[in-house]
Amino acid sequence: MQTETAPPPAASTQWIGDKKAQRSKVFDAFFSWATFAASWGTVALLVWIALQVGYAALPAVKQYGLGFIVGREWDTNNDVYGALPLIYGTLVSSALALLIATPLGVAIAIFLTEDYLPLKVRSVFKFLVELLAAIPSVIYGLWGIYIVIPITTPMGNWLNAHFGWFPLFSTPSNGPGFLPAAFVLAIMILPTIAALSGSALKTTPQALKEGAAALGATRWDVILQISLPIAASGIFGAAVLGLGRAMGETMALAMLVGNNNQISASLFAPANTIASLLANHFGEATGLEVAALMYLSFILMALTLGINAVAELILERTGATTRHL
Amino acid sequence: MDLSRKPRVRLIFSRAMDIAVGFVTLAALVPLASVLYMVVRKGAGNLRWSMLWELPPAAGMDGGGFGNALVGTLLMVAIGAAVSVPTGILTAIFLTEYSLGSKSARLIRFCAKILSGLPSILAGVFVFGVLVINRDLHLWGWNFGGFSAIAGGGALGILMLPIVILSAEEALLRVPRFLREASLALGANRTQTVLHITLPAAISTIITGVMLAVARAAGETAPILFTALFTSYWISSLHEPTASMAVLIYNFSSVPYDNMVNMAWSASFVLIFIVLVTNIVSHLVANRSK
Amino acid sequence: MKNLFVLTILAVLSICSVQADTITLNASGATFPAPIYNRWFAEYSTAHPDVHINYQGVGSGAGIKSFTGDLTDFGASDAAMTDAEMAKVTDGGVVLLPMTAGSIVLSYNVPGVTGAIQLPRDVYPAIFLGTITKWNDPKIVAANPGVTMPDLPITVAYRADGSGTTFNFTSHLAAISADFKAKVGSGKAVKFPVGVGGKGNDGVAALIKQTPGTIGYVEYGYAMKTNLPMATLQNQAGKFVAPSPDSGSAALAQVDLPANLRAFVTDPTGDASYPMVTFTWWLCHTTYTKPGVADAIKALATWCLTDGQKLAPDLGYLPLPASVVTKVQAAVSTIK
Repeated sequence: MQTETAPPPAASTQWIGDKKAQRSKVFDAFFSWATFAASWGTVALLVWIALQVGYAALPAVKQYGLGFIVGREWDTNNDVYGALPLIYGTLVSSALALLIATPLGVAIAIFLTEDYLPLKVRSVFKFLVELLAAIPSVIYGLWGIYIVIPITTPMGNWLNAHFGWFPLFSTPSNGPGFLPAAFVLAIMILPTIAALSGSALKTTPQALKEGAAALGATRWDVILQISLPIAASGIFGAAVLGLGRAMGETMALAMLVGNNNQISASLFAPANTIASLLANHFGEATGLEVAALMYLSFILMALTLGINAVAELILERTGATTRHL
Repeated sequence: MDLSRKPRVRLIFSRAMDIAVGFVTLAALVPLASVLYMVVRKGAGNLRWSMLWELPPAAGMDGGGFGNALVGTLLMVAIGAAVSVPTGILTAIFLTEYSLGSKSARLIRFCAKILSGLPSILAGVFVFGVLVINRDLHLWGWNFGGFSAIAGGGALGILMLPIVILSAEEALLRVPRFLREASLALGANRTQTVLHITLPAAISTIITGVMLAVARAAGETAPILFTALFTSYWISSLHEPTASMAVLIYNFSSVPYDNMVNMAWSASFVLIFIVLVTNIVSHLVANRSK
Repeated sequence: MKNLFVLTILAVLSICSVQADTITLNASGATFPAPIYNRWFAEYSTAHPDVHINYQGVGSGAGIKSFTGDLTDFGASDAAMTDAEMAKVTDGGVVLLPMTAGSIVLSYNVPGVTGAIQLPRDVYPAIFLGTITKWNDPKIVAANPGVTMPDLPITVAYRADGSGTTFNFTSHLAAISADFKAKVGSGKAVKFPVGVGGKGNDGVAALIKQTPGTIGYVEYGYAMKTNLPMATLQNQAGKFVAPSPDSGSAALAQVDLPANLRAFVTDPTGDASYPMVTFTWWLCHTTYTKPGVADAIKALATWCLTDGQKLAPDLGYLPLPASVVTKVQAAVSTIK
């Protein structure tokens, strides 16, 4: 499946003039060099960012070492910094958001790529979904405060009153917390997941669909057995981009997550995330706290790396990489 | 293809799934519509045409607009796109056409994925540390130091890059292999194949990715706050503090002055309207050029 | 497409480029005084079209960083600058200029209670420590005769973002409560033992409005403009004083500014003084090498200290007392 296509023989001279061929050869070399440079430029950029962040983090790394990762306090006054509640909050909020957004996003994508609606209506929907990615996160934050929290708070309190024994509902809701944060986060990444999953689903060759239909397959036989498997890697890619956005989201989360450095299993408890703490503290931070914040950023980058590595492994195991036909 | 179950069962299942997916889509559209409705209701109602060319008001003042922020956002997103779109697409081409399945391709894709999870504020912190803080950083006759539209655009470019790479890569991968093989068999070289066959076949999906990147960049506050700062005046060069819609929205949404809060909503409305127009126009242009 | 984009932008740029003899001052820092600063600069610019001032509230810490890195012509900070921070500024010294002041209020949402709640000096630190947890706590009831306090748990709302507001609020609590000083201390972002964090004044205000029983601290200007209820606090002299421009100015008048103009009003004396007030500073160089900058800053600061002060009460800030203005003016005149 992944065999390299051998470079074509130098036969091109046969159908274009010699001079032209020479020029196109030079251009070919230049172009492949440009793609090479761009790719490694991307790698260099990441390394540069990592070095810059790592260098700024150095004082905190020296001071706290690996204990930083399991520390539970973030106390600017006494220069005591620990990342555990933040790591926990980041992972849980992004996982929840992805859990909500992926099925919804794929459902939207299926609905908008299969011929449920007239083409005109579909493209209107498609544009609407894409442009939701343009709403500034501050606005999502305000939407969360004024629309989502008034809904989740009574819901949380009711669940807590009746099912308080269940760890997920073990605290009452004071407004901000995991649930509203993850919900708003899910809505924020929904456009990315829906738009890119839609693109992936659209590439199913019409001939395959028609062929299946001719065999008597229903619409959902086609979707489940042909379209989705073909689009699996694309959907996965969309989810990865969504996850990236979710883990790195700052402003909206800073407004909704409650900003409390605690580890609680409850969905309604206020929590905190790495990016949110970064946004809240960076402007006023001085001295060792700046280094600690950079250390935290470094951990976030490592987390993204780790999650992607795991995801890639899973994808390989399950053989979902049906990339080409 | 497994069609072993009875046609009737499969048909009922299919109908049920139709209803289910329709229902889920509707359920998902409710919050999406709610956000959009909130922005449109609060933003469009207070929108005056003069907002588009007037300068931002200060606390307790009436009127004003966000003309300079609009220009600043267009400028910085354009700079970000000018940096990230070619780089991103070239990278995607390298990944799919030149090094498919190789170790280096894996590494590069990995780096792009990690970049996609970079908190936006870090892009700002990075550019601040590399460009802004070196006040007189002259390269190729340009001053890259200090607060500037260049620094702001650069920070946005960093955010856009992974989105462009990853979506363009997916798009290119989905171009059927036989198209490339046919082109190569006809004697076209790789570059010709990429530019005339693969890229045009994938362009519509690539544009979707670029638009998502543009949309995200246009709404980002954190990377611009520390790199482009803000100004209440028109900009006269690329080397000075530059206003942006996102920072204006950030500033104005948290103050207790009605005029400014309303303007934050109007600015959000205009921002998504511009993204919508850009989106439609770029799809039209791409479809025409096909 | 992109070409069109760039062309449009260039066209716009060429239309609105300004005349060359304009002097531009760049500044960044504290977010708390950003509204009044931007108002000042807008008014000043209208009167003096040849001076442009860019100010962005990025936070005092980031503002100090930019000022130290010589990226801005002046900075702004709610906590002035420490001696260590000032030592890092290379060319010449730093002049600290208190330019305006504000008060911080305790705002709350207690259903059924109209009128201002009175909170004694030993009560409100305890609320933020989490030791007083009910609105019908005997101490609160005793301070509010004739008011029926509900049997409702108290939810504390604090600023999650680092801020000068938190710095001044906690400095005051630490000054009046040894317990608070020991357990929490003072700073721009502290670890409150209880409560939920909101981002910015608006975040805290939303928390207060949405959850009955919530109490939080916000800036006076914010509470005034958005009609939030404000608690009457007991000052050092034992009197209950409501927040207002007058009671705030009375507190400021009690302060004797030292030579470097850096003074924190953590617990003002005087019967009419509202207990939680704070100055906020500009950070300027003693000498400027760029031509015209020193004169521009001096003229600007002088205008802000005179005409500018008149705008303060409307925007919810405190006008500086005359004695303070004189001292700051003297400091302004030393800038070269």
